[in-house]
Amino acid sequence: MGELTKLTIAGARDALRKGETSSAELTEACLSAIGEAGALNAFVHHTPEIARAQAEKADARIKAGDAPAMCGIPLGIKDLFCTRGVPSQAASRILEGFTPEYESTVTSKLFEAGSVMLGKLNMDEFAMGSSNETSVYGNAVNPWKGADGKSLTPGGSSGGSAAAVAADLCLAATGTDTGGSIRQPAAFTGTTGLKPTYGRCSRWGIVAFASSLDQAGPMTKTVRDAAIMLGAMAGHDPKDSTSADLAVPDFEAAITGDIRGQKIGIPREYRVDGMRDEVARLWDDGVAMLKDAGAEIVDISLPHTKYALPTYYVIAPAEASSNLARYDGVRYGHRAKLGQGDGITEMYEKTRAEGFGPEVQRRIMIGTYVLSAGFYDAYYNKARKVRTLIKRDFEQAFAAGIDAILTPATPTSAFGLGEMAEADPVQMYLNDVFTVTVNLAGLPGIAVPTGLDASGLPMGLQLIGKPWEEGALLNQAQVLETAAGFAAKPEKWW
Amino acid sequence: MSIDEGTAAKVAKLARIKVEPDELPALAAEFNNILGFIEQLGEVDVTGVEPMVSVTPMRLKRRQDGVTDGNMQERILANAPDAREGFFAVPKVVE
Repeated sequence: MGELTKLTIAGARDALRKGETSSAELTEACLSAIGEAGALNAFVHHTPEIARAQAEKADARIKAGDAPAMCGIPLGIKDLFCTRGVPSQAASRILEGFTPEYESTVTSKLFEAGSVMLGKLNMDEFAMGSSNETSVYGNAVNPWKGADGKSLTPGGSSGGSAAAVAADLCLAATGTDTGGSIRQPAAFTGTTGLKPTYGRCSRWGIVAFASSLDQAGPMTKTVRDAAIMLGAMAGHDPKDSTSADLAVPDFEAAITGDIRGQKIGIPREYRVDGMRDEVARLWDDGVAMLKDAGAEIVDISLPHTKYALPTYYVIAPAEASSNLARYDGVRYGHRAKLGQGDGITEMYEKTRAEGFGPEVQRRIMIGTYVLSAGFYDAYYNKARKVRTLIKRDFEQAFAAGIDAILTPATPTSAFGLGEMAEADPVQMYLNDVFTVTVNLAGLPGIAVPTGLDASGLPMGLQLIGKPWEEGALLNQAQVLETAAGFAAKPEKWW
Repeated sequence: MSIDEGTAAKVAKLARIKVEPDELPALAAEFNNILGFIEQLGEVDVTGVEPMVSVTPMRLKRRQDGVTDGNMQERILANAPDAREGFFAVPKVVE
């Protein structure tokens, strides 16, 4: 079989079960693709020994006929996931040298299912960013090139995951999404990214950013693959009290291709001022595809959409300032060299100034401010109330019979690396304008590539589903995928 | 709400991040920019609205208050920048 790394999870699963290939072969093909792709800077810690050992075990299981769907599938793991004995730095200098003594629940589940870890993937520091430019490892690079060969961001924060999947360095990757960090990079790279319902996947062992918003999910080449991989990642975990004690359905079985009679909501507030024509056209095309498949298109209103980003930029930094207080130079990671007479306060202050990059420092301090005495009510409590209203908007839409909501995934296609360097931070935050509402409301959302822009770059649409209805959402997403027939791949230059 | 250099210094202190005095004006300007963006929330009428506590309407699981794990001092100290005699070591703390 040629081009093993281009296989989907579903394709590889079937080939493995038929004995047409082995996990060892798939793994070697991926390792060699990774070896050639240094220019993408997607894989930042390589684990070939672990991969080969896992592949060998997977092949034995497949031979014995005891092979779950993810058995033998080579994956990339975002650096935010703690992996036992393997550096897990959240792309931060402050966790330099940290090798966890434990395994995150999601990676444990994937490994129990027989998956193979090829290495750890680049990301924005502590998942704070939309372009993978805040990483201590340097930028991850989009395999797609801009007009005149310009280097582009793969998006962020799961930029390494998106670049690796798009470039066929692995069959799929894990991502995490706090405000759009799975869906935006998926849209920028022509791949599929699913953020599950809050509580679907355990957060235990994933470096925390904003605990009420963070959720892990699959980043894959197809919608079917997202369904297969989510099945292996999801499930209740006593070690995460916010993980839902609900049975994990067969998500793949929910993909029937039939959405006749379903009501798809089109929220008018997402038609933002200055929306690019290309994005508006992509959205209209998506509407037509779902309509052709027999869905009923309904105009809806989500009136508090406009306030989602400001709400997010209170709540996420507030939770981050609290979560990141643990990086104090005492228990793990970096500790600053101290001067004569420096005490423990100087140790904290110097360690954190050296260990955190500028964007992380900025968010910790904003969070500290909005939680400080005198401002807690005006900012933090106010934001939590607006969050209630944002969630209520969605609840009312679903109560009125809407089955899913279709929106653009991002305001633009991938932009150039360094292009936003001079812009103020708020400009970068606007990347998440279509995705952040979903985290605030705890809903599942998926980005699916459906078209190319004028310069030949991929663009995606987002479908937002009802809580715990990832199966229905994946089915709707696959209808979109099939209708769009997106098959473009970046030309290999790396 | 406008943040001056004094407030920026206070926030940096509370966050335990060392900021050099010459960086304070730029930091204060950034805070003002971001907080200006957040100010939009003032437009929203939240009369009678409860602040969100949990995004999923479910009761948190409770567990038995018992010891389930332990005896792994070495593993816990394995990543410490400075560990001595079975403890995390820090600079002298004098109150």
